[in-house]
Amino acid sequence: MMAQITTDSRGLRLTLRYAVLLIIAAIFSFPLIFMIMSSLKPSEQLLSDAHSIRALLPVGDISFDNYTAAFQRAPVGLFVFNSILVTSVTVVLSLAICSAAAFAFVFIEWKGRNLILSVILATLIVPFETIAIPLLLEASKLPWIGMDGVTWGWLNSYRVQIVPFIADGLTIYLFVQYFKDLPGELIEAARVEGASWFAIYRRIALPLAGPIMATAAILKFLAMYNQYLWPIMVTQEEGYRPVMVGLQYFFQLNRAWGEIMAYLSLITVPVLAFYLYLQKAFIASIASTGVKG
Amino acid sequence: MTQMKWLTGAAFAAAALSSAAQAQTTLSMWYHGAGNEVEAKIINQIITDFNASQPDWKVELQSFPQAAYNDSVTAGALAGNLPDILDVDGPNMPNWAWAGYMQPLQIDESKIANFLPGPQGHYNGKLYSIGLWDAAVALVTRQSYLDELGLRKPTLEQPWTGDEFEAALKAAKDSGKFKYALDVGMAWTGEWYPYAFSPFLQSFGGDIVDRTSYTTAEGALNGDAAIAWGNWWQHLFKDGYAQATQDPADRDNGFNAGEYAFSWNGNWAALNALKAFPDTIFLPSPDFGHGPKIGAASWQFGVSAKSQHPDGASKFIEFALQDKYLADFSNGIGLIPPTPTSAAMTDNYKAGGPMAVFYDLTKAQALVRPVTPGYIVQAKVFEKAAADIANGADVVTTLDAAVDEINADIEKNNGYAPVN
Amino acid sequence: MASKFVLSNKTGWLMAGPAAFLIGCFIVLPFILAIGFSFTNQRLVSPNAADFTGLANYRQLLGISTLTLDPVKDDAGAVKMTAEGTPEYPSLRTYTRNNPDYPGLNGMREWFSFGSGGDARTYVLARDVVFLTAILNTFIFVIVVAPVQGALALGLALLINQKLRGINVFRAIYFMPVVVSIVVVSLLWRFFYDQQSGVLNNILGAVSFGAIPRVDWLGNPNTALGAIIFMSIWQAVGFHMVIWLSGLQTISPTLYEAAAIEGSSKWQTFRYITWPGLRNTAVLVMVVITMQAFGLFAQIDVMTKGGPLDATQTIVFQAVQRGYGKQDISGGSTISVILFVIVLSVSLLQRWLTREKK
Repeated sequence: MMAQITTDSRGLRLTLRYAVLLIIAAIFSFPLIFMIMSSLKPSEQLLSDAHSIRALLPVGDISFDNYTAAFQRAPVGLFVFNSILVTSVTVVLSLAICSAAAFAFVFIEWKGRNLILSVILATLIVPFETIAIPLLLEASKLPWIGMDGVTWGWLNSYRVQIVPFIADGLTIYLFVQYFKDLPGELIEAARVEGASWFAIYRRIALPLAGPIMATAAILKFLAMYNQYLWPIMVTQEEGYRPVMVGLQYFFQLNRAWGEIMAYLSLITVPVLAFYLYLQKAFIASIASTGVKG
Repeated sequence: MTQMKWLTGAAFAAAALSSAAQAQTTLSMWYHGAGNEVEAKIINQIITDFNASQPDWKVELQSFPQAAYNDSVTAGALAGNLPDILDVDGPNMPNWAWAGYMQPLQIDESKIANFLPGPQGHYNGKLYSIGLWDAAVALVTRQSYLDELGLRKPTLEQPWTGDEFEAALKAAKDSGKFKYALDVGMAWTGEWYPYAFSPFLQSFGGDIVDRTSYTTAEGALNGDAAIAWGNWWQHLFKDGYAQATQDPADRDNGFNAGEYAFSWNGNWAALNALKAFPDTIFLPSPDFGHGPKIGAASWQFGVSAKSQHPDGASKFIEFALQDKYLADFSNGIGLIPPTPTSAAMTDNYKAGGPMAVFYDLTKAQALVRPVTPGYIVQAKVFEKAAADIANGADVVTTLDAAVDEINADIEKNNGYAPVN
Repeated sequence: MASKFVLSNKTGWLMAGPAAFLIGCFIVLPFILAIGFSFTNQRLVSPNAADFTGLANYRQLLGISTLTLDPVKDDAGAVKMTAEGTPEYPSLRTYTRNNPDYPGLNGMREWFSFGSGGDARTYVLARDVVFLTAILNTFIFVIVVAPVQGALALGLALLINQKLRGINVFRAIYFMPVVVSIVVVSLLWRFFYDQQSGVLNNILGAVSFGAIPRVDWLGNPNTALGAIIFMSIWQAVGFHMVIWLSGLQTISPTLYEAAAIEGSSKWQTFRYITWPGLRNTAVLVMVVITMQAFGLFAQIDVMTKGGPLDATQTIVFQAVQRGYGKQDISGGSTISVILFVIVLSVSLLQRWLTREKK
């Protein structure tokens, strides 16, 4: 008797939990559903459906026409490739450089540490639009040593979309706060044993930094992937343009809403995939093993 | 013997080819049509034909999406990286010319003798740009709506007066058949506001800026005529004839779905309206006292100031002015061809064509936006004033504030006096 | 010992050097340039060279003045009334436009007014009412969004930090709004907020059986900012949920086990184990939310463009409008400097409030 009651109430509580989770999930997922459903409908229908629940349902004239039309209108593949290239390189370099810097700020005593950290954190406040024009002037005069020798001006390249964004205050701040929470004893012990700072960084701090690495990676990925103002200013050649500039190809005089939805669906796939991968690989795994002890 | 001749012949040919290739100079060109397949096809055709028609110049095209084009050009100018030939939106040309981005065209002006005034970009007494089409706005409605509401169909010679227009709107509202009587397009924020709404202001007798000297907006934008316009504009929304906030779906699709009795729209949307309702008609704008007015001028071609080959660039632009290309563009995107001869070659604008009325409208009613480098700021100020008045702000205060802002800007720029 | 210290110096510089160099080059340097611009009349597009103008830009943006007026009296000395029954005051236009007695007020506009004893009314005038409104709106946004979004994100993080089957699916879904482009989100919410046929009005009407009237959420100056706030929280809460989550995962499970053995309730566990362990994460989340909230721009640009009637003006939107739209780079830079000072003050305050109490 007792056992049955307990299992029943447990079952009820479980259902309740799932119900809450599902309701919240519904609230959060409707934009994606709207976007995908709309991408399958012709423009006029999707506009009239937008005002009712039909926006979320695959009704009416469903087809992949919008997708084929989108590929014809703009070099979608090229844009996605450019964005993924620029974004991945930036993310990888950013994780490396920013985590190393954060480690130095938290664990090593060195002259100028506090001042530099304060300045870096202050840059968190500076919105990009503020520095876009001066940065453009700067980028158009920077030198580069490449295959043609020394060239001046970084416009129309991948490096101009990558290098200015490798180090940023937010990523460093994320790592700093995370490293502050790591057990100091581990580090102390390693230093006593005579390990170099770099070795400690590589063998102790980094492996423990899984969750924050994943967090910083996805945030950086999003920021880079959704960039619009900077690419507009520095990519005058179509060959270097990323996806958000490509989006503007669809906003000309007679807007093709269906194609816009198709394009948006296409470009959202890499971001979602990256997030799911990070989620599974890092965050989920740490949850089961625990960080300390 | 024959082998020797063949070899020499080949050698000569090779030499001739290579020297011809060396003599050919590349001209870079920026165009705002990325993503617009129809425009892209036509412009590419013009370029191919031009390249083939002469050995000296070869034009290479770089397309930009329209929404980002102006920012790209500004960024390019700042970085010292502009092409030989570039595209400019008519009202922005004075600003770019004044800033030193563009130089006057070197084309044979007799070729544009027949052009509508809108596509011609004159500034400071010189021709800086020329467009391959013009764009106009009209009051779109259906003949059946006019019949049902018992309204006279206005013509170019006899447009509606302000009172007649008011009566028409009232009839439409009272009939209860429509969501709103009039769709002015509040959803299209941006250049649409000054382009589409300042003609009403001008018809009342006001203007965005005083065009005699372009050094002040006092009296033009906040004088009695302007206040009259402001009050009329505000009453459209207050009395429920139009909606101050509109979502883009309603703008893009509303008229075609029967939600509005009248739509104030450009002729780039006309083809879609005709597809939805075969009895769609395009009425001239009402006359509020100083003659009916509509906007004019669209994208135009010009030569950048730092171009090393202005002669070649001008040659290309001149080449593009041929009637057959003007007709192609018109057929493709539905906009107005600039000459009567090219109009006769198009499907829509030849005599009796469904949009021929736009050609006449433009000729009779078009007034270009203020031709001044200060227009860029004035457009934004006017846009905000129109939006605020539509939302119920006090007309006199809003217009005063707009005038103050425009005047302050003109002063900060030394009156936008030409520099050179 | 001494040599170890010197070595640490070098390693410290070596490890932090690249980041410091990059940030110095690509953020600090341009920002200093921007500060420089704010003291000139630099234009984005102009053939004229820039002149040094000192604090003129700051004065133009922040200029405030007050004016106290008595109501208009008719010939008999009684106070004249307007049609609505309130006292009538002389038109401000006469004072602010070309009045030689009040040169300092030239070009100013009324910001707001309040009664100041008796019949007199004090008017607060500003040289740039739109900008001051933008500052106010931005502050309202930050004050509402920071705690609400932070708390909601924590709640969600706690919710999905449990070992349920399929919890990863929910984690992914809750993050969706962050991933979907702001264009889609803004577009969608424009449809949702539509007065005539928007889903929000439909739901409210259905739930209240028609008692709640249909509201033009984005077109009504009183509701527009609230509508943007609601949508912004919805869009970004997943972002901070992820940060909270990574903080939660640094708390050792042994602590939870110990608490479970001792039989502590959910609330006690949260208060004594979870919350203290989240201290640094909490600081991080609050700081980031605040910074991001001050930078509110994209939604305004896509949905309302600062309207209706300046109800959704924000500081960064003004900076972009002025700098790029109206080609006034010096004005845009000035606004950015002002924003920087504001946010710096706020974050210093936050740091002081959340300092480690030894």
